[in-house]
Amino acid sequence: MQTHELEYDIVVVGGGTAGPMAAVKAKQRDPNLRVLLIDKAHVKRSGAISMGMDGLNNAIIPGHATPEQYTKEITVANDGIVNQATIYAYARHSFTTIEELDRWGVKFEKDHTGDYAVRKVHHMGAYVLPMPEGHDVKKVLYRQLKRARVEITNRVVATRLLNGPNGEIAGVMGFDCRTADFYVIRAKAVILCCGAAGRLGLPASGYLMGTYENPTNAGDGYAMAYHAGAELANLECFQINPLIKDYNGPACAYVTGPLGGYTANGKGERFIECDYWSGQMMWEFYQELQSGNGPVFLKLDHLAEETIQTIETILHTNERPSRGRFHARRGNDYRSRMIEMHISEIGLCSGHSASGVWVDEHARTSVQGLYAAGDMAAVPHNYMLGAFTYGWFAGEDAAAHVAGRALPALDASQIEHERARIFAPLSREHGLPPAQVEYKLRRFVNDYLQPPKVTRRMEIGLQRFAEIREDIERLGAADPHELMRAAEVAAILDCAEMAARASLYRTESRWGLYHHRVDFPERNEEEWFCHAHLKKDASGRMTSFKKPVEPYVVPVDESERGAYSRLRVARTSQPVAA
Amino acid sequence: MALVPREARQRSSLPVMIDEDKCIADKGCTVCIDVCPMDLLAIDPDTGKAFMKFDECWYCMPCERDCPTNAVHVDIPYLLR
Repeated sequence: MQTHELEYDIVVVGGGTAGPMAAVKAKQRDPNLRVLLIDKAHVKRSGAISMGMDGLNNAIIPGHATPEQYTKEITVANDGIVNQATIYAYARHSFTTIEELDRWGVKFEKDHTGDYAVRKVHHMGAYVLPMPEGHDVKKVLYRQLKRARVEITNRVVATRLLNGPNGEIAGVMGFDCRTADFYVIRAKAVILCCGAAGRLGLPASGYLMGTYENPTNAGDGYAMAYHAGAELANLECFQINPLIKDYNGPACAYVTGPLGGYTANGKGERFIECDYWSGQMMWEFYQELQSGNGPVFLKLDHLAEETIQTIETILHTNERPSRGRFHARRGNDYRSRMIEMHISEIGLCSGHSASGVWVDEHARTSVQGLYAAGDMAAVPHNYMLGAFTYGWFAGEDAAAHVAGRALPALDASQIEHERARIFAPLSREHGLPPAQVEYKLRRFVNDYLQPPKVTRRMEIGLQRFAEIREDIERLGAADPHELMRAAEVAAILDCAEMAARASLYRTESRWGLYHHRVDFPERNEEEWFCHAHLKKDASGRMTSFKKPVEPYVVPVDESERGAYSRLRVARTSQPVAA
Repeated sequence: MALVPREARQRSSLPVMIDEDKCIADKGCTVCIDVCPMDLLAIDPDTGKAFMKFDECWYCMPCERDCPTNAVHVDIPYLLR
């Protein structure tokens, strides 16, 4: 077990989507910079888009949509609680990002005139661009990393950031999940691109790693940012998604919707007007699931054979290609049977909802020299294209930030403290198995935090989490692999506590199912039309506080504000005679 | 009386299977081991072939897709099938 002490200008943590873009853009801005990309997996196949992606969910393409229209739509879909400057910055850069990816070799669907084949899935505008051949995204990114001469270290699990004398970022620490070597990497800037907190809730199947998110994304980034002093935003706005029951991956309505598929109830009837994932959509989904009309299905059995074949080709080769194998074993055929759906476990993820590390429109966090991009950075509904775009912003801004700057001084006590914390499980005989502790922790997350949220229940959850915190001191690890799982359990616990405290703090209901509090069932605009931030205060305690919503860049008319509150299909009580 | 802690291993049916006739890990190939996001595959020192070592599969399939000899098969984990 060795210690590696390294020095770089910029370290990017996480090589999934945002990370490679950040590293490449930093090097393009200044090729002399020493840029290191570290990943707990292997950059070739890491992150949420390990197997590619079947489409862009938020493409703002001239002639199809405008940045203003998109900013307005995402504002309305998030019940108004957004920093529009971050969404608008994304929206204005969206097409530039698409053109760059297109140049690099990512394939997007185009029509016979060569224009991008944009489809409508959202309630108001058209932003979905299919990628039927999107399985090679990671290969394309890897080629760019090599071309830009970004250094890469795989299989290193980052666990804590280093703070300099003034709280600024001074580097990152972690360990190799195969050798248990300790890494102390000094840097002038760190860009966190660690994905969602995807191992928070336990999937209904009870299978630990059957999560919606790639289970490598355990919330490490959220925990690291928190312990480094960064503010996190609107964590109570959970991620909950509609998924194929048991398989627990997307079905996927964004692909099938434009081709005529839709979400239906047990009677085969459409019950929501729009399949775009929002808190309100998930509320209606949940209501139908629990009702006598349940469960909920994805309906494709009315479509033509050639349409079904197109859907099969896209869904069974991209993003989660094993869904074809799942359907085959179950005897599911899109032609003859609706696909049974369920709701996912809870998670924190701004890629789909709004819960993440607070960032401004340059991807800067509230800690100097620390950046965040992708699913873990709080830019609402940012999806894959938002991860690429904010990775781009972070890379360029970090390159400017480090210019002419010296490495901050190191604090040896931080390093020794972290070394002791990380490696303790290796020397504990008969320590608790990480998988057992994780299972219990995540079952408690389901029992006590899963919406609809109840105050007393969440308070009990905090007590259970405090007991698990004592168990963290008793974890054992038989090998470096298990040591990785032990480190992840600690991060998951931090995320669980943050999710509970953030949810208790906002004493109203908002964002549909994402933050429905049974004992505060109404939205309270007077007291709660604001962001709720969370951070570690000077005494080391987890604290929540309000931040005003920034003035809108794009005004939203009163008549448009309720668009996402009217998603349920209106039914007349008497069938109308034809 | 001293209470003695003991541990038990639970049997688990693993979803990733390797065709050892096709696997060329003994010739130096480590593709499936490299690409697994969860780091679940390893080389069996007795056979020199790849095998699934940990039961933490996300059934994501890079191991199967990237294998140069089509030696890897990913099934859906039993609990989800």
